[in-house]
Amino acid sequence: MSTALPVLKAEDFTSDQDIRWCPGCGDYSILAQMKKVLPEIGVPPEKTVFISGIGCSSRFPYYINTYGIHSIHGRAPTFATGLKLTRPDLSVWVITGDGDALSIGGNHFIHLLRRNVDLNIILFNNRIYGLTKGQYSPTSVEGQITKSTPLGVVDHPLNPISVAIGAEATFIARSVDSNIKHLAYTLKRAAGHKGTSFVEVYQNCNVFNDGAFAYAQDKATRDDTTIELQHGKPMIYGKDKDKGIRLNGLNLEIVDLSQGKVKEDDLLFHDEQANPALVYMLSRLRRPDFPEPIGVFRAVSDQTLEDAVRGQIDKAIEQKGRGNLQKLFSGGETWKVGA
Amino acid sequence: MSTEAPSTSNSKTVKTVSGITVRLCGDSGDGMQLLGTQLTNTSALAGNDIATFPDFPAEIRAPRGTRAGVSGFQVQFASHEVHTPGDTLDALVAMNPAALVTNIADLPKGGLLIVNEDSFEDKDLKLAKLKVNPLEEPAMENYRLIKVPITRLTKQAVAELGLSVKEADRCKNFFAMGLVYWLYGRNMDATLRYINGKFGDGTSSIAKANEKALRAGWAFGETIEALGHSYNIEPAKLVPGTYRNIIGNQAMAYGLMAAAHRSGKEIFYASYPITPASDILHELCKYKNFGVCTFQAEDEIAAVCAAIGASYGGQMAVTSSSGPGIALKTEGMGLALMLELPLLVIDVQRGGPSTGLPTKTEQSDLMQVMFGRNGESPLPVLAAQSPADCYEIVQEAWMLATQLMIPVIVLSDGYIANGSEPWAVPDVTKMTPITVTHPTESNNLDGAFMPYKRNELLARPWAIPGTEGLMHRVGGIEKEDGTGNISYDPENHQKMVNIRAQKVANAAKLLPPQQVVGPQSGELLVLSWGGTYGACLTAVKDAQADGCSVALAHIRYLNPFPSNLGEIISRYKQVLIPELNMGQLRTLIRSRYLVDAIGFNKVKGKPFTVAELHEKICEMTKAGTRNASHSKAS
Repeated sequence: MSTALPVLKAEDFTSDQDIRWCPGCGDYSILAQMKKVLPEIGVPPEKTVFISGIGCSSRFPYYINTYGIHSIHGRAPTFATGLKLTRPDLSVWVITGDGDALSIGGNHFIHLLRRNVDLNIILFNNRIYGLTKGQYSPTSVEGQITKSTPLGVVDHPLNPISVAIGAEATFIARSVDSNIKHLAYTLKRAAGHKGTSFVEVYQNCNVFNDGAFAYAQDKATRDDTTIELQHGKPMIYGKDKDKGIRLNGLNLEIVDLSQGKVKEDDLLFHDEQANPALVYMLSRLRRPDFPEPIGVFRAVSDQTLEDAVRGQIDKAIEQKGRGNLQKLFSGGETWKVGA
Repeated sequence: MSTEAPSTSNSKTVKTVSGITVRLCGDSGDGMQLLGTQLTNTSALAGNDIATFPDFPAEIRAPRGTRAGVSGFQVQFASHEVHTPGDTLDALVAMNPAALVTNIADLPKGGLLIVNEDSFEDKDLKLAKLKVNPLEEPAMENYRLIKVPITRLTKQAVAELGLSVKEADRCKNFFAMGLVYWLYGRNMDATLRYINGKFGDGTSSIAKANEKALRAGWAFGETIEALGHSYNIEPAKLVPGTYRNIIGNQAMAYGLMAAAHRSGKEIFYASYPITPASDILHELCKYKNFGVCTFQAEDEIAAVCAAIGASYGGQMAVTSSSGPGIALKTEGMGLALMLELPLLVIDVQRGGPSTGLPTKTEQSDLMQVMFGRNGESPLPVLAAQSPADCYEIVQEAWMLATQLMIPVIVLSDGYIANGSEPWAVPDVTKMTPITVTHPTESNNLDGAFMPYKRNELLARPWAIPGTEGLMHRVGGIEKEDGTGNISYDPENHQKMVNIRAQKVANAAKLLPPQQVVGPQSGELLVLSWGGTYGACLTAVKDAQADGCSVALAHIRYLNPFPSNLGEIISRYKQVLIPELNMGQLRTLIRSRYLVDAIGFNKVKGKPFTVAELHEKICEMTKAGTRNASHSKAS
């Protein structure tokens, strides 16, 4: 048989709606990469569902010509869970932001991850509330001046990757909006993972928190401020590939490779299936003391929620036979009243 | 009326009576609910009409012997139709002093009082905060008091089985059961089957001990002189058919399964545990082989939203809770209303506000489900009137939800959720289908699929993911009619608000008109809703028998009201609205029909008694004049 399947293109995933993000917003780049990646994944638009909460990023589903729900604040993971439990055949993406996923939706976020529903959740982290015009978010840094913190943020921020590890996520990754090659690669990896794939994307809000991730976006600095995680490879970074990360006791440390005193074999080799304690340590690498890792932190295989749930249903049918309503209703102790 | 005839088994006589109301009460660890359930099932199998009222504390095991830990179960079984568990008791069984003092007020003079005299020692009195033994009070002379050493006799009965003291003590509810069974001529077979099913095949020592305790209780009844006679209650004349006893929450689960069957759907039931709604989840999760998918969500919000997600995918989606959880689901319900997706939201009401009285009944969520959402957001609201009616009402709700593409709220309450009554087992082959269709082709040949293009009932098409060419996005932002695209246009918003309201109004076209029990016009119309049906019906019928000009209109559809309700109301001089709240339906009726309806209101966590309703009806019909002020229940 040589019936050629129609080859999908980015346009097949483009809706007829005008995009209403601010000019220069990092969201444009993420949308573009998503539309580039979707045809490569090969799931047709009618089998794909985008579900979002509330916030700038959550307008995303309107701009993609698939099925979609623009839901309510923080709850996108719950709609996605209900949909996936009943329609495991669909490819489901959850689009969320730092406020949506970690503040109002924090509860749903952790429960989605621990249940390992087979879907992809993309968190656009811009460390600010954009749609409500500039209040601080759970990922805003201490001291950050925002509209609701004129004297600076006093809350300790949440680290999305650390939270994901604590919540037993099976796939955890981080990318950067402007690093389009890396972003496309990461989205594809997420799509390929069976289970909940969590991707944090550093996303610039050029209106309310411009430059929050400039260090990771700027080509001049990013090689020194970020480190790309590559499975099975030693952790090396820097413009001249002269720095590395080494495990010393229970701590990670930066080592200088240029002197020849430290060899590559002494470095930490990245392992996507490593002990979560080690992955947690990687999630704690923060500027200015350390380069911030981008790439896939963790990718392990585990049973998905829908497989477990559908499995119980299938097994019950196999063992007891398909339920008979009349038998059920007439079961138990009955008595007859004659005419 | 009663007749006396010598019993065949011994010299004692058997007195035939038309109905009996018994309350069994004891410590929440004493197995009173089990005893009540067994007595109920046995009476149902005897062909009696039955109504039950389990009443238990919110605490799982409040300190033993204290008043807070008293658990009770009331059942009325009769040879005539019964609609309530009974106002006044014929007999009270009290297993300890705390149970006695907290329940004795409901036993009228001359009533039969059976107590476990072994549990009236100083330490028991102290736990019940009593200075003197109530059994030695002069007031006891008002009752036919039978003091039974239940603990001691139970121990003797099971002595040969070598159980521990604790295990032997646990059998004492079966001794009490045996005594009650003898007293009311109940057949022990069903309970013996239960014992052997529950505690092994009849060879386990626990099963044997419970059987021995049960038989010892029966023998005790036959033997002691203080109980001069036993009672006989003939079967009731119900509509011919096959019956079984059904509990409200179980009927709700069965109704959902019937609705799924009729619409060719599988159930997705998402909920978060809450009293008194959880038993629906417990029931449904047993039926995985029917394709039922249950999901215990991380919270109430997740439960309603997961259900909405499933509905978007084309499944029969249901969520449930009680008042506090419904409050949390509010935003989700508003979204489902905007998305115009079918969804069932079941609210098993309990005493409020806030955590309120979790295990007690109330009808105080009506305003919450009617108006507790932001914006102009009406939804259909239906209310079950009895335990078995939960089966019917939830199917009607699913019919509305699918025909109108709308979330529908079903109200139940703790009283009917935990109560039980005979249920005529339906014939599945005679069920009519609930037609549900999912489009496979675009409804707009000139362009993109129009997810909000409507039919004559104003319902939009239920297009589901996986369907080629019908991709569309839905969301909570106001959308343009037809296309479903985001729209902030003022005219469009007005139009969409009107459409959503009209959809709810259209529900009346799909539902039967209001029925009236009694004269079609006259002095007084009693207007009731929800779980008070049994008490209101009984009180109205009693008053009619007394010659009062009174009729009952019991409303099952609260939004929209039945189309003929206003006309019915206009045919009576006075309208009385009894509610277990402070006047919520009354407010709706007054504002809708501009009628000076009188309220009869009570919020004590308890159902109405027939007597208090009867008294009020008599007062209003005999006075024959309009009484502007509403009165309070006693």
